[in-house]
Amino acid sequence: MNGVIQLAYFGVAVVFILGLKAMSSPVTARKGIVWAGYAMIAATLVTFYTPGMQNYGLMITAIVTGGAVAWWSGKVVKMTDMPQMVAIYNGMGGGAAAAIAALEFARGGTHGVTATTLAVVGALIGSVAFSGSCVAFAKLQGIMTKTWRLPQQNLVNVVLAGLAVVLGLAIIVTETPPAVIVIAFFIVALVLGAILTTPIGGADMPVVISLLNAFTGLAVGFEGYVLGNPALIVAGIVVGASGTLLTQLMAKAMNRPIRNVIFTPLSGAAAGGGEAIEGTMKELSALDAASVMRYASKVIIVPGYGMAVAGAQHKVWEMAQLLEEGGVEVAFAIHPVAGRMPGHMNVLLAEAGVPYDKIFDLEEINADFPQADVALVIGANDVVNPVARTDKSSPIYGMPILNVDMAHNVIVVKRGQGAGYSGIENALFYKDNCRMLYGSAQQIIGEVITHVKALEV
Amino acid sequence: MEGITALYIFMLAAFTGYEVISRVPVILHTPLMSGSNFVHGVVLVGAMVVLGHADPEDPTQLAIGFVAVFLGAANAAGGYVVTERMLAMFKSKSGGAQ
Repeated sequence: MNGVIQLAYFGVAVVFILGLKAMSSPVTARKGIVWAGYAMIAATLVTFYTPGMQNYGLMITAIVTGGAVAWWSGKVVKMTDMPQMVAIYNGMGGGAAAAIAALEFARGGTHGVTATTLAVVGALIGSVAFSGSCVAFAKLQGIMTKTWRLPQQNLVNVVLAGLAVVLGLAIIVTETPPAVIVIAFFIVALVLGAILTTPIGGADMPVVISLLNAFTGLAVGFEGYVLGNPALIVAGIVVGASGTLLTQLMAKAMNRPIRNVIFTPLSGAAAGGGEAIEGTMKELSALDAASVMRYASKVIIVPGYGMAVAGAQHKVWEMAQLLEEGGVEVAFAIHPVAGRMPGHMNVLLAEAGVPYDKIFDLEEINADFPQADVALVIGANDVVNPVARTDKSSPIYGMPILNVDMAHNVIVVKRGQGAGYSGIENALFYKDNCRMLYGSAQQIIGEVITHVKALEV
Repeated sequence: MEGITALYIFMLAAFTGYEVISRVPVILHTPLMSGSNFVHGVVLVGAMVVLGHADPEDPTQLAIGFVAVFLGAANAAGGYVVTERMLAMFKSKSGGAQ
């Protein structure tokens, strides 16, 4: 029986890798995840036949309740709220890995120094991923709105991490660790995860979610070693590696090394610095916006999180289609960190039905802005701020941005005159070729649509 | 498992993950992240094994085991549902949910 189970796990690991590989193209991606789903069901079913298992009633109750709650919440969540759901599911994976280690310790320790060490490391990373993800969820969900930093934040981080390592070593060297040390270890690890994540602002969240995902993968991989289960090792480490790659890509897109994201969050640094910006913001009416775009030959739309929270992606696509019917070339330009997790904006546009061959990355489209008649910025701020190119003293200096300021005309849809998420003034708004279209994206794009329709006659 | 064998598995899996993911286009990064999130939901299997071998007379062990399985199941189920929902929107070349 055991041979059959191991063989099944092997098959599952293969299908998981193929499933992730299928994500290299939107055409095959869905099939890939469905295969992986069947593989997961198979893995769960064969596990029931593991020799010497008991406590089946409790096990089935846990699977049914945990699965049902997550299934239901995953079905009802809005696409805008997807990042916090992904964060919380990820946290649960980390928590599960940590709990596996906790149970191994409670049963009287694992076998061998290597196994115990990996159990401890997995438990530490898993706990940090768990509490960190919970904080990320609370922030993105708006439950936790304040971003507070402890005095000497970095020192506290280092002390907590050091304490976790010492307690972890104590678990490794004692054959059967006393409960009090184990409990203290988990408490310190959980607090560390929360403390690391609390000072991080919304702008850096995509990187953090991605990083925590990689953490959970590693934790699962290490616990896989402890349990002697190669399926867990392979799946966990594949995710750990891919998550690390994705985190690097995100950090590069923001020109912020990962260590800066964690140790010097933007929210703290943004207050000072930056040259004074000259000029005034000039307003524009929905009617003018409609005619400028209707008689343009090329319009590039730059959607940001402001569009997403207003739920305006459907309206924006309706407007884009109207313009296209009128012979205007329309393209969507997506900054890698638009939204609250990597690629989030693409999902929102896909939800609205925008074909993905109209959606372009920063590198693909940046050269097109000088030829565009209109760049329409909807609820994006830092990712279009030209000071990132010009002002060395700005906290976002060096971050790759969408060069919307090079378009002939720039229209910025914004609710008010306040600065954006990072608190940095946007020099774009004061440029000569830029006009502001004030209002909530949902309502103001609706008005633009009405005017575009009226211009057709 | 021999330590060195495990080391090989760790290394090969890390390269595999890196290679597989580096070919994924930016537009699929969110589904990719939740999809990889689903894949580490296989931790459920490990959680089942530890709960299955927990001492039925020890409430602490049972409680920790229950939490592990509950969280693992939630990770797997939630990760699957949201990934499938997102990918369903990318299905046709003309795009869109309709």
